[in-house]
Amino acid sequence: MLEASGIDAFYGQAHILHGVGLSVGRGEVLALLGRNGAGKSTTMKSIIGLVRPAAGSVRLDGAELAGLPPHEIARAGIGYVPEERRVFTELTVMENLSVGLQPARDSTPTWTPERLFELFPNLAEMRDRQGGRMSGGEQQMLTIARTLMGNPRVILLDEPSEGLAPVIVDQMARTVQELKRDGLTVLLSEQNLHFASAVADRATIIEKGIIRYSGTMAALAADEEARAAYLTV
Amino acid sequence: MSFFVVQFLTGLASAASLFLVACGLSIIFGVTRIVNFAHGSFYMLGAYLAATIVATLPVGIFSYWGSVLVAALVVGLIGIVVEIVVLRRIYHAPELFQLVATFGVVLVVQDLTLAIWGPADKLGPLAPGLDSAVNIGGQLLPEYDVALIILGPAVLGLLWLLFHRTRWGTLVRAATQDREMVGALGVNQRRIFTSVFFLGACLAGLGGAVQIPREPISLMMDLNVIAEVFVVVVIGGMGSILGAFLAAVIIGELNAFGILIFPEITLVLLFLVMAVVLVIRPRGLLGKPELTVGAQPAQIAAIHLPGPATKLAMGVLFAVLALVPLFAGDFLLVLLIEVMLLALFAASLHFIMGNGGMVSFGHAAYFGIGAYGAALAVVHSDSPMELALVLAPTAAGLAGLVFGWFCVRLSGVYFAMLSLAFAQIAWSVVFQWYEVTGGDDGLLGIWPSEWASDRFAFYYLSLIIVAGGVLMLRRMIFSPFGYALRAGRDSPLRSDAIGINLRHQQWASIVIAGAFAGLAGGLYAFSKGSVFPDAMSIPRSVDALVMVLLGGVDTLAGPLVGAAALIGLEDAISRFDYWRLILGLVIILICVTAPNGIVGSLKLAFAGRRERE
Ligand SMILES: Nc1ncnc2c1ncn2[C@@H]1O[C@H](COP(=O)(O)OP(=O)(O)OP(=O)(O)O)[C@@H](O)[C@H]1O
Ligand SMILES: [Mg+2]
Repeated sequence: MLEASGIDAFYGQAHILHGVGLSVGRGEVLALLGRNGAGKSTTMKSIIGLVRPAAGSVRLDGAELAGLPPHEIARAGIGYVPEERRVFTELTVMENLSVGLQPARDSTPTWTPERLFELFPNLAEMRDRQGGRMSGGEQQMLTIARTLMGNPRVILLDEPSEGLAPVIVDQMARTVQELKRDGLTVLLSEQNLHFASAVADRATIIEKGIIRYSGTMAALAADEEARAAYLTV
Repeated sequence: MSFFVVQFLTGLASAASLFLVACGLSIIFGVTRIVNFAHGSFYMLGAYLAATIVATLPVGIFSYWGSVLVAALVVGLIGIVVEIVVLRRIYHAPELFQLVATFGVVLVVQDLTLAIWGPADKLGPLAPGLDSAVNIGGQLLPEYDVALIILGPAVLGLLWLLFHRTRWGTLVRAATQDREMVGALGVNQRRIFTSVFFLGACLAGLGGAVQIPREPISLMMDLNVIAEVFVVVVIGGMGSILGAFLAAVIIGELNAFGILIFPEITLVLLFLVMAVVLVIRPRGLLGKPELTVGAQPAQIAAIHLPGPATKLAMGVLFAVLALVPLFAGDFLLVLLIEVMLLALFAASLHFIMGNGGMVSFGHAAYFGIGAYGAALAVVHSDSPMELALVLAPTAAGLAGLVFGWFCVRLSGVYFAMLSLAFAQIAWSVVFQWYEVTGGDDGLLGIWPSEWASDRFAFYYLSLIIVAGGVLMLRRMIFSPFGYALRAGRDSPLRSDAIGINLRHQQWASIVIAGAFAGLAGGLYAFSKGSVFPDAMSIPRSVDALVMVLLGGVDTLAGPLVGAAALIGLEDAISRFDYWRLILGLVIILICVTAPNGIVGSLKLAFAGRRERE
């Protein structure tokens, strides 16, 4: 469904990604794993277009997206949830959701605030609260909900478990499972292997901007060597 | 008592127009991060258009207010054209280019206005139905002022509804915080930028249009209002509409009451209020901390120690300049003197801008204060040239001490706007203090001492002082002081951590730059034999910026090349009636196409070729 191949990306002169490729099938959850600074976020940004890939291609159901401005990539059906969350702190929960609003699509379920409040009951109780006055976990839910308002076909979740309390991490895992059940395709970046094992079907490991490993989550769980080489610090 | 009430209401009425213009500027800045210098031009166009439209219609309440509205909308459309043609290309350029490019628009609009409406001031019509006065305890208040007093809060309320009750408003507020994220959520930023620019320009146009019964419509409206608007925005806080309203009321009242005490004192009052606000709240009354997400990439490269080739080139240049008088005529010498003096002026600006990252929009203040310092010494106490040339940099350095103290508390666009406001205040003092400065008539008879009165002698005097000045500035750039300054420019937090007091460094550099600019100004006064207020006007400040920009911010030779290019250009186009139009277009073109300047672009081209070989 989502296929990236041969992506090279730079920040100024610094060459960060070297021919990164990955592919996520329809309804699948792919975990992009790697240590700090490995290039996970940069890969996500290259897909959504916030970083313009110097080379390579990003295809959504065959349609080429690389090089388009972010808003067109988003409209094509890719939802991006940034690592830093980037909630609009001055805006209320409802207003944050309305920024994400995009027309409904035939191919995906249509999200409304009410449906999202079922998924995230905490948010329902703070519709008029400003984004800046929410806890980290609540903000993380809000960013996901905000992106879902665009009715994406694929959602990019950049380290959704980062900096959250264990209870909230578990809640987040259940949320991702529910989204998967609804048929959403998910690309998830993680350092937390535990979280990734709970939700992902397959894993791709990136190190220093190069893809080192691809396989099912179960295979990775069995492959102690790969985990030691690319994941544990 | 009723006198004070009426005075207070008058203040409120004049706040209305100021608020409209300032909040337009603030809204545009919030989303695009561009300080639109041309905002004063939109204001001026609003006034001209409203007066013209209303004159074609039968007199009546509807045709009056209809004309005001149509004028505002037309200005909004002009704003869209400016956004699409100019700004869209420079959203990612460094601040300097954005400011200078919008100043290019100012020049273009000035000449187009001149071409369409002619040079004479115009008087607008009175508003039908509001042409008499209300009696308040024996004091008269124009009915029209009452309308304006209502208009201000009404617009404030409408804007609040627009921003809080429509999806467009929500998107704009979101984009004000993080426009990149808004794009990643599927919103086309371009549409938002363009529509925001339309709204901001409309508000400026409206601000000008409602002024037509209150003040003469003239070609000076644009720059007059922009300085005041910058003060309002700095006091109120960039991006805050309510802040703009409060600040406009404060300024309006200060003007209304200050004028009773002493017309000149209003400026000092403005200055004091601004100073107090900025010391207590560096981001203005309701300003928010600057957001770093999605900030512009820093495009400043390292400045390298001059290699042997550069040194040789500078030596050759000096030798050529030293030999020129042997074969050049008077005309060329005069031109070269001007180039050299402006080069020193530009080099002093480059010193704080290239090294300190401080974009000063009021550098002419120091040039002018130097020129006036020297001229006043000559005119009022018969000082010889030598003494006057010591006084010039001293006076300018002192001004740098005062202005700099405030300016270093701010950064980025706030710094630029505050420096412009200071320069404009200095200009107004000189312009209005007729008894001492001669006002618009200037000061005449500023001739060099006997030994330097000959063209040759004066040429060599200038050459030696300018070469010495430029050398000293270069020395300082490569001293520990210069390195510390650049460290602060590139990463304020880090330099703070290693114990550099950035503010003190910046403050000192402003004083130094001010002194050198003042020295150039002092010599300039002697080279012309006179000095006029435009020595410290906004266009002169922009001259300095354009020179640095023509030459390129990252190169030391830049200011010299820039000065030669600018003087050459001005000399070439001054024959034309509409030279401002040409200059403005050239400036815009440079900002849009060559963001590295002449020297910088050449260097890049060379580097590129070397790489390819
Ligand atoms: N804006 C930037 N400018 C320059 N370099 C950057 C920028 N953002 C990231 N980098 C560098 O790019 C490399 C990859 O960063 P990236 O954020 O993609 O890693 P990551 O895998 O997401 O790490 P983390 O787990 O810490 O989020 C790192 O070396 C980082 O220092
Ligand atoms: Mg990351």
